[in-house]
Amino acid sequence: MAKKIKLDDKTQAFQKLVEDLCGQNTAKCDQCGTCSGGCPFVEDMDITPAELMRKVMLGQEDVLESETMWICATCNTCTVRCPRKLDVSKIAEALRQIRLRNEIDQLDIGKISREEIKELPQIALIAALRKLSS
Amino acid sequence: MKIPYFPGCSLKTYASGFEKSAIAAGKALDIELVELPRWNCCGVVSSLTKDDLMHHLAPVRNLMRLSDMKTSGLADEDKRLLVLCSMCMNTFKRTNLKVRENSEDLATLNDFMYLEEAKYDGSVDIVHFLELLKEYGFDKISESVNTSLAGLKVAPYYGCMLIRPKEVGIDDAEEPTIFENLISSLGAEPVSWHAKNQCCGSYLTVNKQDTVIKLTRRILDNAQQEKADVIVTSCPLCAFNLDSRQALLQETNPGFEPIPVLYFTQLMAIAFGLDAATYGFEKNKVDPMPLLNKKVFI
Repeated sequence: MAKKIKLDDKTQAFQKLVEDLCGQNTAKCDQCGTCSGGCPFVEDMDITPAELMRKVMLGQEDVLESETMWICATCNTCTVRCPRKLDVSKIAEALRQIRLRNEIDQLDIGKISREEIKELPQIALIAALRKLSS
Repeated sequence: MKIPYFPGCSLKTYASGFEKSAIAAGKALDIELVELPRWNCCGVVSSLTKDDLMHHLAPVRNLMRLSDMKTSGLADEDKRLLVLCSMCMNTFKRTNLKVRENSEDLATLNDFMYLEEAKYDGSVDIVHFLELLKEYGFDKISESVNTSLAGLKVAPYYGCMLIRPKEVGIDDAEEPTIFENLISSLGAEPVSWHAKNQCCGSYLTVNKQDTVIKLTRRILDNAQQEKADVIVTSCPLCAFNLDSRQALLQETNPGFEPIPVLYFTQLMAIAFGLDAATYGFEKNKVDPMPLLNKKVFI
């Protein structure tokens, strides 16, 4: 017999917000863990990509407190390997965007020293500012 | 062949050796890279949320600029844009895909840029230099080789942006071969290694250096385990992380042996026997000359 998990209004609203932003149907996730297994960043994350997926599926807003989406650099390894063809990197981007659109930046350019800025190529700085600040 | 070409910011600055060697190597194959007039930043990274159109303006504005390159006689064609940098290629291709699939989005972007002389109709194909070389023919490329690279073990580093996601990748996402084919055509020996498509840490080099050092260490160690003499790439950001960050690795790991990281076009310029001024090694942090003097320029 199929078991259904019913989300309350608040969790459903959060899940819908993420799905509207990324265009992915997170209910397709089987929790197989392929995304976590292949992620080159996983050991530096506080929750694995599969756990992040689970939280989004259940509309758990505390996923926004996680570091994981800020460590994801959109390498797309999970995206090309997901057997359910979910674009996990787009889901991480949606979570980053929810934070950034509330002006919670992850990168303060003012805190990077002059020497470091001089050393860093613009491709790195622009990419980081685009992904980590609003 | 005169083909429109988008350089991007890195090739005009710290990756100038990439541009210099690509223009020279292209010339040796009778491919002239004609710089896109009034180009601007590509946007570097793609915007992945459905509602964010603003960040697609930069790539689309560039694609508008091709419109009169053929009629004005600047280039032989105006429906293909050649790109060297993997990041630029990925960003351009993803935007192109979005506007081709969503005509309303394309109309909105065009409306926003109503002051531009041309409109973009989604008809330009983005071509990476490696794709153009494949089309030219790797066998034919071998005919231009004048300097033997025999015995030089080259680790082809694809990274992420060249092959992922699948809809924009230039080759298979897991087992790509295009780089290996080029290396073989140049007379060098491509190294088989598993880290060839592992992420270098990308822009996290700005705020999470420890993570990047860990990832680059894995990649460099794997190249050395497989006895590579040199790594080649087509991404200026990967080149920064793999080449420039070796100084940090040496500081923390005294036994670490540096390995040169080249752009694939630099290897082409060497193989074609072009003037040393076209190699553009000035910006390479790990000097490749001692190795090349030992293995190539004997």
